[in-house]
Amino acid sequence: MYDCIVIGGGVVGGTILRELAKYKLHTIMLEKQSDVCMGQSRANSGIVHAGYDALCGTNKAKFNVAGNKMMKEYCAELGVKYRNNGSLVVAFSDEEKSALKELKSRGEKNGVDGLKVIGIKELKKMEPNISEKAVGALFAPTGGIVCPYELTIAAIGNAMDNGAELLTDFDVVRIEKRGETFDIFSKDGREVKGKMLINCAGLGGGKIAALAGDDSVRVMPRKGEYILLDRESGNFVSHTLFFAPTKLGKGVLVSQTVDNNILVGPTAVECDGTDTTADGLKYIMEKSREMCPNLPLYNTITSFAGVRAFCDRHDFIIEESAKVGNLINCVGIESPGLTSAPAIAKYVAEEIICKRLLPEKNEKFNPVRKPDYFFKNLSAKDKNVLIKRNPSYGKIVCRCEQITEGEIIRAIKENPPARSVDAVKRRTRSGMGRCQGGFCQPQVAEILARELGVLFEDVTKSGIGSELVTEKIK
Amino acid sequence: MRNCDIVIIGGGPAGLAAAIAAYDNGVKNILILEREERTGGILNQCIHNGFGLTRFKESLSGPEYAARFIEEAKKRNIETLVGTTVLSLSKDKTITAINSTDGVFTVKAKAVVLAMGCRERSRGALNIAGTRPAGIYSAGTAQKYVNIKGYLLGKEVVILGSGDIGLIMARRMTLEGAKVHAVCEIMPYSSGLKRNIVQCLDDFGIPLYLNHTITRIDGDNRVSGVEISRVDENKKPIAGTQKYFHCDTVLFSVGLIPENELTKGADIPLSPRTRGAVVYQNRETLIGGIFACGNVLQVHDLVDFVSEEAEIAGRGAADYVLCGSGEKSPIDTTNGRNVSYVLPQKIDKNVAGDVKLFFRVSNTFRNCTVKAVSGEKTLATRKKKIAAPGEMETLTLGSNVVESVSEPITVLLEEEN
Ligand SMILES: Cc1cc2nc3c(=O)[nH]c(=O)nc-3n(C[C@H](O)[C@H](O)[C@H](O)COP(=O)(O)OP(=O)(O)OC[C@H]3O[C@@H](n4cnc5c(N)ncnc54)[C@H](O)[C@@H]3O)c2cc1C
Repeated sequence: MYDCIVIGGGVVGGTILRELAKYKLHTIMLEKQSDVCMGQSRANSGIVHAGYDALCGTNKAKFNVAGNKMMKEYCAELGVKYRNNGSLVVAFSDEEKSALKELKSRGEKNGVDGLKVIGIKELKKMEPNISEKAVGALFAPTGGIVCPYELTIAAIGNAMDNGAELLTDFDVVRIEKRGETFDIFSKDGREVKGKMLINCAGLGGGKIAALAGDDSVRVMPRKGEYILLDRESGNFVSHTLFFAPTKLGKGVLVSQTVDNNILVGPTAVECDGTDTTADGLKYIMEKSREMCPNLPLYNTITSFAGVRAFCDRHDFIIEESAKVGNLINCVGIESPGLTSAPAIAKYVAEEIICKRLLPEKNEKFNPVRKPDYFFKNLSAKDKNVLIKRNPSYGKIVCRCEQITEGEIIRAIKENPPARSVDAVKRRTRSGMGRCQGGFCQPQVAEILARELGVLFEDVTKSGIGSELVTEKIK
Repeated sequence: MRNCDIVIIGGGPAGLAAAIAAYDNGVKNILILEREERTGGILNQCIHNGFGLTRFKESLSGPEYAARFIEEAKKRNIETLVGTTVLSLSKDKTITAINSTDGVFTVKAKAVVLAMGCRERSRGALNIAGTRPAGIYSAGTAQKYVNIKGYLLGKEVVILGSGDIGLIMARRMTLEGAKVHAVCEIMPYSSGLKRNIVQCLDDFGIPLYLNHTITRIDGDNRVSGVEISRVDENKKPIAGTQKYFHCDTVLFSVGLIPENELTKGADIPLSPRTRGAVVYQNRETLIGGIFACGNVLQVHDLVDFVSEEAEIAGRGAADYVLCGSGEKSPIDTTNGRNVSYVLPQKIDKNVAGDVKLFFRVSNTFRNCTVKAVSGEKTLATRKKKIAAPGEMETLTLGSNVVESVSEPITVLLEEEN
């Protein structure tokens, strides 16, 4: 019997799991996919929003601003890349420029520090590659960038290191509430029991609530497509550049990423599926060229899509269900959900769970994961110490991103363990570079087979059904 | 830090031939750094025949061709570190590398030969719409799975791009029992060798769709099909021309890109046309003492030409170590009408000897003439029955011709009217 069951291994579930690990609670995370972080938290803009967008008084505004303030330290503890690069909302007409003032005063009401409307001169100095048509911008110095899957995986890993449990491939299809106990069943017949149920199922949030007996939550998909450029172009812009927001949302942005790629996107189309479309990609190219006409789109290394899960209330739902006691819904967490996650988690743990279960503190909780996570960032001296101890750190597997065999083995062994090529990729960046795994994929697959003790033909790209090869040649 | 006369980055056919040539020209203190566990480079996975026809007048497999050079390097006791990746190169020829036994270490060289080869352009670079399931490989990666690891990839295949590796893999997968439904090529001509079109596609009845591209990839966990479309003269898909193939595997053979990340790190100027370094006829880059050869310099169709070019670079590096660099008197070469690039981009008139110009034409031409001109003067000319982008062309300038040139040299192709 668990105290808390978290359904959904995204950034919201992950940060909650970690927060709960700070208490003497028996917790478990249930995730439908073969790995954590396969939903919204995998494919998004990775922006740590300042908090001027959300309407005053909403959950979005409250948690965004609070999350933004926590993010730097949160990432430092977990060894996750974060950079406070600052955001710019760029105006292309005087009308848009006056809208910036509105945005600024909204931001100030939300508690965002340092907002400033700047003129074209200053903007040009900050971003020399900006379009000649820009007239000014709102500068948000607290805006930042983070690697969303690193953050999610690290939060879950740290929670597990502190005692939390994880079951993957656990697709919740039935929930029974007997007295004070939730009895949860997976598609493949497994069963888990617990006292409190925390619904962080993203796009599946409506379904989970309904399975538990609350049919009031409606979650809908809105797809966003992206194009990613080579690190070679990584300094083309340094801030995150937004268009002035419209009713449809924040629109296409152009931003550096923490790994020094350039990311452009997303589109916003109300449909499901992580496939890209010719129209979507064309739209991103056109819009991003409006922002920066010389954007080196020829340096594209990949394109992808993510799906936002928004609900009809158009605000985050973070509350106990009115219909089902001890069911905590954390749904409709679209953007700025990544930014907000640490603050949402703290709120859920301290204000909801602790008040209900009155747990003792876990004195042994260690908030630190790995400060020196990426081998390539170490000094030559530190690299050599590591190689001496473990020679597999001397073997480069992914040449584009300079990832070593040692890091890949670690990703397979540590929490939450990687079991597929894509899972290794999200943890180590092996295969994320310009050759997109052309060289390293067979080698990563071989390391996976060896470390997991499975046949090479059973190694998958991303879970069952995505095997890389079919059979051995006789 | 250790010191070395010549460090060769990359132990593929280019690096091996450069090392041997440097050794035979009097420099014995040579170090080859190779990231794989054995030398031979990409030839190790090219188990088909057809290598060495020009050089050895016989048809060898890739590993057999490589073995001849590995053997020669061994005879000369040329030091080779395998499993060793070079992390960076600086202008002053200091190399930082890493392996499991020595850790991170630096080597200071008198001369460096860049021989890192190339990589394949990936699906990602093309912005093709659709999903990203398993079953999508670049052709070279597929070749590695099949030929080195010994596994089949799928049964129903569509290939995008008619580069040589794609053509070879079309045949290879067919021989292993797969059905290759189509090879699509966005250009009006194939970028592969004519002999590969005949031996790998025509002989097996595999259709080649010129002026076609893949416009969508479907499939959830595994590829389930692709949509292809005809393209117009601007390479934009034409609506209404879609065709659909159910398949479980898609291979991409859409171009090779010289791997010049180390080169860029050392601020060595590159040519936007070859995406390799700008070089003199001895394959010295614009940074004295750093040479380049093989596919890192320009993408070759035949390894025989790689070996030839690498020997030039190896000799150049040896000369540099033994004699230092002399005053240069450079003449530029450029591509003229119907030619997409010329290499070397610079000719040093102070260096004696014939100069062979390598170039590619920009389309398929019949009954034409290729020419090297300088100002009003025609320096060399050759009639061709057929010239195609997939086959590298050459023109040789005699040493007396080179001496007489005072204006930039342009290589062009004239069509017969
Ligand atoms: C295109 C896009 C751009 C965005 N940009 C930003 C941004 O720049 N900044 C920002 O702050 N936010 C951004 N966001 C929002 C942010 O990504 C989300 O708010 C956040 O990732 C939500 O996390 P989550 O954990 O709620 O959902 P998810 O990451 O979707 O996690 C839900 C998990 O639940 C699992 N699940 C579902 N059903 C079941 C079931 N039946 N049984 C078991 N498990 C189940 C899913 O598999 C999934 O892993 C963006 C979102 C998108 C899509």
